[in-house]
Amino acid sequence: MYEQIAFYLFSVLTVGLFLVTVLSSNILYAMTSLAAGMVLISGLFFLLGADFLGVVQLIVYVGAVMALYAFAMMFFDASKEIKEKNTSSSLVFLLGGLMAVLLVLMFAAPILGENIQASYPPEVGATNPQAVGLVLFTKYLIPFEVAAVMLLVAMIAGIVLAGKKMDESLTTMDDEEVTLQKDKK
Amino acid sequence: MIGLNHYLILSGLLFSIGLVGVLRRKNLLMLFFATEVMLNAANIAFAAASHFYGDLTGQMFAFFIVAVAASEVAVGLGLLIVLYKKQGTLDLDDLATMKG
Repeated sequence: MYEQIAFYLFSVLTVGLFLVTVLSSNILYAMTSLAAGMVLISGLFFLLGADFLGVVQLIVYVGAVMALYAFAMMFFDASKEIKEKNTSSSLVFLLGGLMAVLLVLMFAAPILGENIQASYPPEVGATNPQAVGLVLFTKYLIPFEVAAVMLLVAMIAGIVLAGKKMDESLTTMDDEEVTLQKDKK
Repeated sequence: MIGLNHYLILSGLLFSIGLVGVLRRKNLLMLFFATEVMLNAANIAFAAASHFYGDLTGQMFAFFIVAVAASEVAVGLGLLIVLYKKQGTLDLDDLATMKG
């Protein structure tokens, strides 16, 4: 009973907030509604018994990703309305609707699948974070390490792209240019 | 009773919302938001399948999707800042410089 109420509450609010995100012409409204929708999605994860995933959703998405967007917004002019000229919105909605039907069919495929067996069932008596850890650090150790390297690459790329004067290097300059740089300082 | 179908339909709905956003938006930052919506929809589907089939693989996939989304945001926002410094706008119509 409570599960039904919670599911419908979370899903209706999430759909509404994400519609605001997609349709609003103000960046700040879009960002805040996106953050709120993500908080509600973590509620759905808690309903599904995926406690650790819900906490990760809260910390990484709502905490880190949205904070990053908020910081990036300082570079852009966030207060003014975005003017977008949409030439044929009916075509977009037709294409979007057709693809939506296709996607609903694709997402509904597990409903029709019959011979699906659990290859990694959760350990008996383990809480969700414990079971996740057991699977993640045994069966999925190599993808985990690759994901760590990917995050490192992304961090370096972000620093280089957003940092100032990262395209100049003292080692590739001539001696005169280096002395010029020192004089400037 | 809430079953797998409910969650999958919700996930499909959210994915469609994100897709309409990607098709409709002309501002690059808004396109990023729509992408986040689509990634979250996929996460819901994975978590639901993981719960109703008693298999943790779905949750593992959702974790890796979160990692991919985080790195995408880091690199993508860096590129957006460079682009904004260079062009002064994030509108896709103004950025279309290759006239075919």
